[in-house]
Amino acid sequence: MHERKGVWGNTRTSPPIAESDIRKWAIATYWPEPPPPIYWDAEYAATTKHGSIIAPSDFNPFAWPVRRSGPNAAAMRAAMKAAAAKRGADAKPSDKPSGRPPRRTTGMNGGQTDTYGAPMRPGDVISSRSRLLRWEQRQGRLGLTLYTFTETEWTNQDGALVRRRISTGIRY
Amino acid sequence: MAVHVYFEDVEVGTEMPAWSRTTGLMNWNRYAAVNDEFVPFHMDDEAGRRAKNEQGAFGMGNLRYAYLVNALRDWIGDEAEIREVGCQYRAINQKGDVLTVTGKVTEKKTVDGEHLVYLETNVVNQNGEPTCPGHAIVVLENRPGDAS
Repeated sequence: MHERKGVWGNTRTSPPIAESDIRKWAIATYWPEPPPPIYWDAEYAATTKHGSIIAPSDFNPFAWPVRRSGPNAAAMRAAMKAAAAKRGADAKPSDKPSGRPPRRTTGMNGGQTDTYGAPMRPGDVISSRSRLLRWEQRQGRLGLTLYTFTETEWTNQDGALVRRRISTGIRY
Repeated sequence: MAVHVYFEDVEVGTEMPAWSRTTGLMNWNRYAAVNDEFVPFHMDDEAGRRAKNEQGAFGMGNLRYAYLVNALRDWIGDEAEIREVGCQYRAINQKGDVLTVTGKVTEKKTVDGEHLVYLETNVVNQNGEPTCPGHAIVVLENRPGDAS
């Protein structure tokens, strides 16, 4: 985990964003009300300053990967391994496991701060890279809890910054 | 073109229009489908209870974040920009909750020609309990003809 701190992971690249990906995202997040036309009506969107359909700021072009692994997953696995090791080191001798499987933990999303740049549009291809910024452990309502803070940067095919996210992962 | 609010229209203390959704599996399953977020505790009551939520399955933090973004977009219109959104997930989104996005302007200033408006935001449930304290920064246009 210490080795990963501050080190950018591998860059992932999204498939080209499709109009229908944006439309479905907007329908799902506005449900049951209809989403605004900027997200689905190309004729209307052409009259705005954007000149085309744009995606909602929170749109995720990386949903539905064929292979499920990435820098975030690697960082979280490393964090879990370190937390498990620390739990073992902190345990009293009588608490040490005796051939039992380690306790299963639950991961949750603690929150995020996103700074936005260029909007995402149909046809855009987004690149993503992440790095573990820091972590801390403390006793929470649900027991010993690990908090990890990860930075993820998205850029588009022109190299413009699309989004910078600082996210908080929680595992207990 | 849809412009809903200009820089001159807001002052410190101005509140965004409230934006609400009644949440449950119909919302969560749609969000799971587009975000590929089929996490058992968002889909299944037993899995939710195993994750220590006695009431069963519960909603995604990311969907509450989407509600924040949507509330901001609906308020500022298509010509303005959402520059930053942040929040912390402090309470569980239970089935049947009526979630309402709230926002209040805390500061406005012009920096390098951009008209920035800062907001304190939250997502409150039907009991008035805050579930998701956060903040946002939006960039608004001047009202046409106003050179300030």
